[in-house]
Amino acid sequence: MDIEVKMTVNGKAVSGKVEARTLLVQFIREHLRLTGTHVGCDTTQCGCCVVHVDGVAMKSCTMLAVQAEGKAITTIEGLAAPDGTLHPMQQAFRDHHGLQCGFCTPGMVMMGVDIANRLPGADEKTVRHQLEGNICRCTGYQGIVEAIMDASAVMNAARS
Amino acid sequence: MHNFNYHRAADVADASGKLTSLDDPKILAGGMTLLPTLKNRLAAPSDLIDLAGIADLKGISVEGNEVVVRAMTPHAVVAASAEVQKALPALAQLAGNIGDPAVRHRGTIGGSVANSDPAADYPAGCVGLDATIVTNKRKIAADDFFLGLFETALEEGEVITSVRFKIPDRAHYMKFRHPASGYAVVGVMVAQYGSKVRVAVTGAGPCVFRVSEMEAALEKSFAPASIANIKVSAEQLMGDIHCSAEYRAHLISVYARRAVEAMV
Repeated sequence: MDIEVKMTVNGKAVSGKVEARTLLVQFIREHLRLTGTHVGCDTTQCGCCVVHVDGVAMKSCTMLAVQAEGKAITTIEGLAAPDGTLHPMQQAFRDHHGLQCGFCTPGMVMMGVDIANRLPGADEKTVRHQLEGNICRCTGYQGIVEAIMDASAVMNAARS
Repeated sequence: MHNFNYHRAADVADASGKLTSLDDPKILAGGMTLLPTLKNRLAAPSDLIDLAGIADLKGISVEGNEVVVRAMTPHAVVAASAEVQKALPALAQLAGNIGDPAVRHRGTIGGSVANSDPAADYPAGCVGLDATIVTNKRKIAADDFFLGLFETALEEGEVITSVRFKIPDRAHYMKFRHPASGYAVVGVMVAQYGSKVRVAVTGAGPCVFRVSEMEAALEKSFAPASIANIKVSAEQLMGDIHCSAEYRAHLISVYARRAVEAMV
């Protein structure tokens, strides 16, 4: 039996018919065709599927689409400005080469924004701990951590 | 994942009614354990009853000598709560070290307590901090709540609504965190209430348990040296791919001592 779900994704009202067991990430990728959000492990470990639900980072592989009813979702596609200007976090990942193969990057960037929002001015140790749920198998995290610290400072300055 | 029927509970009475009347239902709280379990087909309930829409089940308050955490409050909210940090910092610290940040944004105290996972942190928090588990039907002392591996005192149609932690004179939680999962390989909550001390251990056995020998020694003299030579038998503990029962027994002594060190 299909269930009608409605939510806002990247500022746009969307709806669709899903099975109760449809995961939020399946709805995002397969129904909305927003394939920037990745599925790495499908077991809540790797963080490639991190999106923001009402402004907070969550793993979309471990959430049902029906649980997102009425929520505001932001995916990696919703971060850049409409004119294509990258979000400070995306720009910082580019500047610091915070990626190699790029598979984990959407989740890393979304978690990076979440860390910068929650913990402005976090030190390197805190950022590394906060990345416990995001796994990168290429870069060794150095560039990722530098990017998050850098973008965090830019976002902080923009807020004040 | 096998499919199921999905219900949004309007209130706790509605959830309880559905739990009793449906074929093989399960409560869905944050889903951080339940959804992975369903994906692995370790469970295949006919119906999921989602509590997320019940506003009454969210929030934290300090009432007299208790910190009250409502069942659907996520770990991140407990960890970041100024009230909890002030009244019961050991609880904020425990909640802030569960899983990872994204998991803490969804996982709830009610879900964790109801599941009685042998390696979960909250059972040690509940038993160590002499908590009361409040349901739609009754109040259950944490000492009587956790019965075994994934087994609790919850009866049919019973829904956890809040957990009430008694504020101690002082308390500290120490855990050996599994580096991949964040679960407790061993976690020890030590809490002091006047002349009484509670030592609760998670991660080591099939279910949270207290170490009465350590409690008695600390009640006599609250110092790390009091429990330096107290060993817990490995006989009832778990051995698995991560470590042996003997190693877990050793960790209990080490982490209990470190918790006491952090308190004095």
